[in-house]
Amino acid sequence: MDILNILSLALGEMISPTTITFVLCAMGLSVHFGYTGLLNFGQAAFAAVGAYGMAIGLITFQLPLWLAVIMGLVCSAIFALILGIPTLRLRADYLAIVTIATSEVFRYFMTTIGFAKVTGGSNGLSQFGKQFWALNPIPEADYNFGFVTYRSDQLFVLIVGWGTIILGALVLRLLMRSPWGRVLKGIREDEDAVRSLGKNVFAYKLQSLIIGGMFASIGGMIFVLNLSNVQPQTWTTNFTFTIWSVLLLGGAATILGPIAGGMIFLALISLTQGIMGAMVEMGWLPFLSQPDVAQIRFILIGLSLMLLVIFRPQGMFGNKRETQFNG
Amino acid sequence: MSYQLRATLGRFGRLAAALAILLSIFIGPAALAADNTDPSNPNGSALLIKGTVKNEKKPVEGVEFHITGNGVDEKVKSGADGKWVLEVTNKGVYKVEINLETLPKDVGLRDPEANVRDANLTITNTAAVLFPLGKDTRVVQPIGDQILIRLFAGLNLGLLLAVAAIGISLIFGTTGLNNFAHGEMVTFGALFTWLFHAELKLPLLLAATFTIILGAAFGWAQDAALWKPLRKRRLGLNQMMIVSIGLSIVLRQVFILGFDGDTKVLSGEYESVSLGPILTTSSSLWSMLISVLALGFVAWFLTRTRIGKAARAVSDNSSLAAATGINVERIIRIVWVMAGALTALSGILYGLQFQANYLLGAQILLLLFASVTLGGLGTALGATVGAIIIGFVVELSALIIPIDLKYAASLIILIVVLLVRPQGVLGKKQRIG
Repeated sequence: MDILNILSLALGEMISPTTITFVLCAMGLSVHFGYTGLLNFGQAAFAAVGAYGMAIGLITFQLPLWLAVIMGLVCSAIFALILGIPTLRLRADYLAIVTIATSEVFRYFMTTIGFAKVTGGSNGLSQFGKQFWALNPIPEADYNFGFVTYRSDQLFVLIVGWGTIILGALVLRLLMRSPWGRVLKGIREDEDAVRSLGKNVFAYKLQSLIIGGMFASIGGMIFVLNLSNVQPQTWTTNFTFTIWSVLLLGGAATILGPIAGGMIFLALISLTQGIMGAMVEMGWLPFLSQPDVAQIRFILIGLSLMLLVIFRPQGMFGNKRETQFNG
Repeated sequence: MSYQLRATLGRFGRLAAALAILLSIFIGPAALAADNTDPSNPNGSALLIKGTVKNEKKPVEGVEFHITGNGVDEKVKSGADGKWVLEVTNKGVYKVEINLETLPKDVGLRDPEANVRDANLTITNTAAVLFPLGKDTRVVQPIGDQILIRLFAGLNLGLLLAVAAIGISLIFGTTGLNNFAHGEMVTFGALFTWLFHAELKLPLLLAATFTIILGAAFGWAQDAALWKPLRKRRLGLNQMMIVSIGLSIVLRQVFILGFDGDTKVLSGEYESVSLGPILTTSSSLWSMLISVLALGFVAWFLTRTRIGKAARAVSDNSSLAAATGINVERIIRIVWVMAGALTALSGILYGLQFQANYLLGAQILLLLFASVTLGGLGTALGATVGAIIIGFVVELSALIIPIDLKYAASLIILIVVLLVRPQGVLGKKQRIG
């Protein structure tokens, strides 16, 4: 088996555009769940709203890229308001069910033929990336970094993506150290206490939902810009729960947790899949076939969700006292 | 007739599609045909993806198909005989997409969502991928008949959902857990019935009995191996909810590994029955009768037996129930076993009407939650009422909004209910928290 190839694939996965997307979505979820204690099971929809908002802005309205990105973010904020206003007063588990239902409804709306003129229906949208790629200042060439080689466009996506993550992490750090962030943590720990201090808990939760959602939306935009297409079937509940795995692995109420969690988790999936695939190829696992190996990723996602929540709810970097699953 | 019904592939809620199929011509869907090996290709070296496009028994020429996957990215067009074929070199699963714009004007896909289908060339050398075409035949019916048909389909769906939803409701009532792995218990029932009945050729009743026993055992095992230890650890309810999500993802993949990802045909010799404008099958009627009996049994059990009363006491206030001498853990175990059996039963009925695949349960999970929430979390009667309302909403909404949005309608109802009356139709106020 080609161990070097498998390893370099896994290392490449650590910083891949997919990882960037999940890291950004998990950072958003850390605002929702880690800092505010909101059980948001619809994070995929926030990413999708951003992605579709931007793509529709670029295609239907022929906007310049920066305006389309802002349109995606505005859509995301509106989505957060629509989702949050009726549900944020509800108990945590109701919020969970409503968010997961909303994200499925959104996916149905993006898939339906009725809106296909704008959304592309189940084919999705493509060919909106021209402006983005035109921004690429890196000369056309192959860039070799020892174990991996990137084309200039790949390198461009990585630089944009990781630049966004670093910027996002700095913003998060400032936000969470501000009085505003302390109120969020207060809500997570004891909503009634915060309310008794005269804070409008509902407004703070709504702000948290909007800001966390925007992180996911930016993640979604990078995801679809990299692929140059957006398809409705990407944004399933599996997408959401991959984000949850990433967040819980890293540590929910931390800045670095989602980043490290995303890099490690996606590399781990790639590594397991690579090793299992090679073992199947060599006939060591006679009961599995190559397509089965692709399912391993989901088994890993499911198992890590279960085991992390049971045995290490604070993740790798979290503080156990800060792990709040309000009942 | 039997062939037509067997081939009614499916996503749930497709009773309407089944009716449409009975009324119009039929082209066998992909998953059925995918297993056909082609005897005309004896050397086995070439792998073929092929299909025939027909509308009302006439071949359709010039329809474009886009085949992608495993390094292939090709387009082919159907010929004058409606046939198309593409030769590929690698084994694997390919995606075939029909270009809807190349279809004749008044023709569309029977299932508008299914414009992309898989061609599975992992085992066989030939995969036939067929896209059933046709016009929406329902539009020609008078509106009164349409409503009747939809009401009937809604009642049928509602009863099926109710049998599964009661399990969620009982478990939530006694343990407080929102069990996201409940859909997989439905899948479990459908897939094992397929295994016993279609594969091992057991008579249906025997197969169903085995499945229900296994379902009960599955419920027992879940509680014994996972949920009881977690309750002992005093894991929070929201954490348990996330554990159940992880479990559902794992179970789904285990189903794929064990049963493959294709749709299983749970066939039976169905007779078609017409009740006025409603065309249905004897199996649907049986399924409705069995659902009603099962629901009646649960109602009797909860109100008339000691254990049922104890279960309601635990739902109401488990500490108080424990103080009066009820063994709460034992009641919870019984509830899990019952929920497992009932949910397996719903899986059987579901599979017999809409066929079975690994995603079946996951696809109806949110409808189950919608039913339970609508009726009032934790009340068994409420779950039944909620499920029947959801069944009607799903089917009736298809009269007004595009058919591919009918699930969305019921989820929107769920959100609206939470807005207006979070305790549900029959729930108690204290449960909102």
